[in-house]
Amino acid sequence: MSQHILGVLVENRSGVLARVSGLFSRRGFNIESLAVGTCESPDMSRITIVAGGDDLHIEQIKKQLNKLIEVIKVTDITERSHVARELALIKVNADPGQARSEIMQIAGIFRAKIIDVGQKTLVVEVTGDCEKIRAIEDLLKPYGITELVRTGVVALQRGESTNPTNK
Amino acid sequence: MKTGAGILIDSLKELGVEIIFGYPGGAVLPIYDELYEADIKHILVRHEQAAVHAADGYARASGRVGVCLSTSGPGACNLVSGIATANMDSVPVVALTGQVPTEMLGNDAFQESDITGITMPVTKHNFLVKDVKELKRTVKEAFLIAGTGRKGPVLIDLPKDVLTEKINPEDLYSDVPDLKGYKPTYKGHPNQIKKALDLINESKKPVIYAGGGVIAAGASGELVRFAEMFEIPVTTTMMGLGAIPAKHPLNLGMLGMHGTEYANYAITECDLLIAIGARFDDRVTGKIEHFAPDANIIHIDIDPAEIGKNIAVNIPIVGDAGQILADMIERGKPGEQKGTEWTKQVHKWRENHPLKIIDDGKLHPQSVIRKLSEILNGEGIIVSEVGQNQMWAAQHYSFKNPRQWISSGGLGMMGFGFPAAIGAQYARPNEHVVLIAGDGSFQMNIQELGTVAQYRIPVKMVILNNMYLGMVRQWQELFYEKRYSYTDLPEVDFVGIARAYGIPGRKVESADDIEESLRKAIETDGPYLLDFRIEREENVFPMVPAGAGISEMIGKHETDDKGDD
Ligand SMILES: Cc1ncc(C[n+]2csc(CCOP(=O)(O)OP(=O)(O)O)c2C)c(N)n1
Repeated sequence: MSQHILGVLVENRSGVLARVSGLFSRRGFNIESLAVGTCESPDMSRITIVAGGDDLHIEQIKKQLNKLIEVIKVTDITERSHVARELALIKVNADPGQARSEIMQIAGIFRAKIIDVGQKTLVVEVTGDCEKIRAIEDLLKPYGITELVRTGVVALQRGESTNPTNK
Repeated sequence: MKTGAGILIDSLKELGVEIIFGYPGGAVLPIYDELYEADIKHILVRHEQAAVHAADGYARASGRVGVCLSTSGPGACNLVSGIATANMDSVPVVALTGQVPTEMLGNDAFQESDITGITMPVTKHNFLVKDVKELKRTVKEAFLIAGTGRKGPVLIDLPKDVLTEKINPEDLYSDVPDLKGYKPTYKGHPNQIKKALDLINESKKPVIYAGGGVIAAGASGELVRFAEMFEIPVTTTMMGLGAIPAKHPLNLGMLGMHGTEYANYAITECDLLIAIGARFDDRVTGKIEHFAPDANIIHIDIDPAEIGKNIAVNIPIVGDAGQILADMIERGKPGEQKGTEWTKQVHKWRENHPLKIIDDGKLHPQSVIRKLSEILNGEGIIVSEVGQNQMWAAQHYSFKNPRQWISSGGLGMMGFGFPAAIGAQYARPNEHVVLIAGDGSFQMNIQELGTVAQYRIPVKMVILNNMYLGMVRQWQELFYEKRYSYTDLPEVDFVGIARAYGIPGRKVESADDIEESLRKAIETDGPYLLDFRIEREENVFPMVPAGAGISEMIGKHETDDKGDD
């Protein structure tokens, strides 16, 4: 059982995301996170999926994804050298005073940004891998996290190796 | 200028479509208006489910793409189970559905249903055409996707305004765009083929396990040549019946839950299993750990996702079964067959454990099927419903050729057979088409008697009538202490119902009348119904209980010999 990051290049047609996510639920595959957006070519999109399972399971996921007509390429990014990032926005209780400065310190250590300051709250923006986000979450928890939102992981292979849209 | 509906009909004609099975409604009126004078035949069924099953039967019998048509909402929803049936058995069907006008989409308009959403999990692909310019190429794309690679159903949803909009045909997009994500592999990888050949040469006890994929690929000829060249016994799935002639010396018949004893023994003992166009369905494998436990496995399939799905494989070969077998025949070294000892053993099993038939003068379903097979000389097209009738037909009919046996395998869809027989008859008008049905499944689409009568479709309906939902009753007998909960069906005067539609028929109650009644049905022009009142509590044997290993059959021949069945 391990986590895999799959890069899925798809045609940018309506319903593609429903096909992809439907496939996961229907076949009992578990999605940890899923992030979608357009890419360098306007008629295609990249989906990054993080899924867990043993090798056989992941193999099946890849094969089933490949069966979808609009799926152009599935790359198991985990197997290659890659960069992966996730963005999280965390709204945390921060009374003016001690707590507020502590939170700002923690944010600084994590290279996170304070992007909103309210009477009693701060919103922290942090990017990084899942562990980093979990770590800052743990540190902020004692102050009282009132809302947290994550984008899901996006990932690319390092260096020259690409999964180009123009082949 | 042409309307979208006109463009649709032209596109279908260009693709060679000769017949559509359908049922009208408001959303598809523009199409029906075009059909009024188009030279495409349209068969009006009595229920949309029958339209899709008929298109499916047409496709299975002909090897071409079958087409069905329904209106939006209720009509479209009635197609769903038939689409799922085609999907599970990889049958190329294009389903055309009407849809509310585009500006009403998503508003819960009258007779709206999100049919592309509903059918997403049960189609190979589907389309909603929102722009009439896209219509022609979408139809082409749909046929391409349905009929290539691992075949399957494709649905095209057609909003009414797209059907009525007028367009200059020159403004249409007509070329299928490059489908970047759809590139089926046809040629097997040479290294894999070499490895497979080596493994075949090393093996002492090889068996071929051939599925419906062999028939879909048109690879029966190659299969038989391949088996003969290496002298490898062949067992087929229910979907693979006809891939090798029933009487071929290397044929072991069907394997699995109601397979022959000898096929299941051969699978259990083999040291090499060559799976071709088969998907290790649980009805075939039984308990997976007991399936070919000592064998290396070569798996040939056009769909890479089938390989390794249910069982780990030593040598996967992705591609078209016909091409791969042809390559193996070309590159293999014949004459070095290791099979001899093994084939002797297999033959011995076959002699000692044949399928049993009871000869006590009573009316047994097995005898009906055997007699039919004899009368038709193993030819004709046999379409079955689902249940015991299906298994008796599969076990006892001596199929000679592919595309002769049409049955719902993957979904096991009761009500499939009758309309599928209608489709098959249109696909192969010169063949005898015989439906084998249970009284339960026949009643699931019995309204199609109307279609058969209207067009005088010469389908022969053979009902193996046990006044039970027989297969379920069998399970209740064997696994639920004979508590026959809601499985007995009251007597029905099927001959009377047929007569009401103007179709001749006969009730048969004695074994002495089997041959004569079958002959009469077959010699009669047009449709004919036979209602065989078979032994009510007859079972299908042998049988592997669900979850057991496939050699752990009940109702075996040897237990019979000992008289303690
Ligand atoms: C649509 C559908 N509903 C229910 C079933 C479950 N089922 C499988 S076999 C069977 C009984 C079939 O009875 P009948 O058609 O009389 O055939 P027999 O088994 O008696 O030959 C049933 C209910 C099914 N396969 N399909």
